[in-house]
Amino acid sequence: MKFEVGSALSIAAILFTVIVVAAMLIWVERRLLGLWQERLGPNRVGPFGLLQVVADMIKIFTKEDWVPPFADRFSFLLAPPIIMVVILLSFSVIPFAPGVGVIDSDIGVLFVLAMASLGAYSVMLGGLSSNNKYALLGSLRAAAQMVSYEVFMGISLLGVVALAGTFNLREIVLSQADGWYILPQCVGFLIFVIAGVAESHRLPFDIPEAEQEIVAGYHTEYSGMKFGMFFVGEYLGVVLVSSLIVVLFFGGWLGPAFLPPIVWFVLKASVFVAFFVLLRAAIPRPRYDQLMNYGWLFLLPLSLLNLLLTGAFVLWQEGM
Amino acid sequence: MNSASQMLDALRPFLVYFALVIAIVVAMLALSWLLGQRQSRPAKDYPYESGIVSVGSAHFRISVHFYITAILFIIFDLEVVFLFAWAVAVRENGWAGFIEISIFIGILTVALLYLWRIGALDWRTQTQRRQLHSLQGPGGVTNIAPETGGRS
Repeated sequence: MKFEVGSALSIAAILFTVIVVAAMLIWVERRLLGLWQERLGPNRVGPFGLLQVVADMIKIFTKEDWVPPFADRFSFLLAPPIIMVVILLSFSVIPFAPGVGVIDSDIGVLFVLAMASLGAYSVMLGGLSSNNKYALLGSLRAAAQMVSYEVFMGISLLGVVALAGTFNLREIVLSQADGWYILPQCVGFLIFVIAGVAESHRLPFDIPEAEQEIVAGYHTEYSGMKFGMFFVGEYLGVVLVSSLIVVLFFGGWLGPAFLPPIVWFVLKASVFVAFFVLLRAAIPRPRYDQLMNYGWLFLLPLSLLNLLLTGAFVLWQEGM
Repeated sequence: MNSASQMLDALRPFLVYFALVIAIVVAMLALSWLLGQRQSRPAKDYPYESGIVSVGSAHFRISVHFYITAILFIIFDLEVVFLFAWAVAVRENGWAGFIEISIFIGILTVALLYLWRIGALDWRTQTQRRQLHSLQGPGGVTNIAPETGGRS
């Protein structure tokens, strides 16, 4: 049996790896934060604390699966699976290496953006159905933040789409053979990173779940595995945004031949995962209105300008 | 073979993947429901609001800014759809298409400027804006605490 796009082996390997990596990130993040904050982090369970993930999993599975009597039962149950399903589905269009991927979709970029939009439903429903004031505040903030940053998350990708002339992520990677898009699209890259952090509401943009203000935001009333799904969903989001950055701006699996393509992909993606953790360790949260104004009044015009300049550049190059 | 079944063939890996994802999520929820403990404590059935007994319902009136943001999102996201269509065919459309999209983006920017001027993107309340105005020092610095005991 060999790897090819859409084969059973490919599908199983991707699904397994993505979920295991997302679970391991709990440990990786805590260790890295410990490193950057001059402390140890979890180091008791197993060698280097590696089994911490297993311990956490056993614990979270044996916690009570509680639906509050004051909550709207149906949407309360529906909210956590949505985030996991949409983010896992987004991985289906990511080209990890030649022959590794679920499907070669011609609408890859659009599909990822559509799934990111659906992700907003998860936090919305979770917060609104909880019938808890903190949860409501968190979900409102999350919804407004996610829809705002979605607008120019899309526009920031269009520069790459214009250069490559396709929405197909695998073809976008292949078209970077003679130069990664990070050079012509460095502005688009910066906007996409910022929007990606805001979309996955990670620190410093975790205002929807700011512990110091609103307890845990939209998942205040969640417990057990349903809380775990929001949690894992966040880490899946980090992996997804890192993979997208690598695919769109850093040439995906392309790299010098002394390492196999998949190793290049994993290496590049790990750098960005570590960068996400560093952001958490280094930068404090902005105020909510600052976050929104920064998005609408600075990043949106900037991404439009970037798109126009890219378009002009492509046409000028074509005319030569 | 007709085109519908060809399309289904191309989509098959995705459908398998989709089914697996759903299965994993359902299995996670079911396992946690099976393994989870059941406890009964006096204060369990109250919303968690930092230990304070909850007052009233959580379905109260909320700031209109969230609503405005939602509307702005719909307007701008719809316009982005047209940008998508242009971006994927920049080369085919040539300079004529570029000029057209420039006009389009120009109108978009004017709309954004207008929204900014009428204060649709301003998250402060009327009272806060008034206070800020009276606080505005030389050079437009606004972040000074008022002389009267720092109350705002």
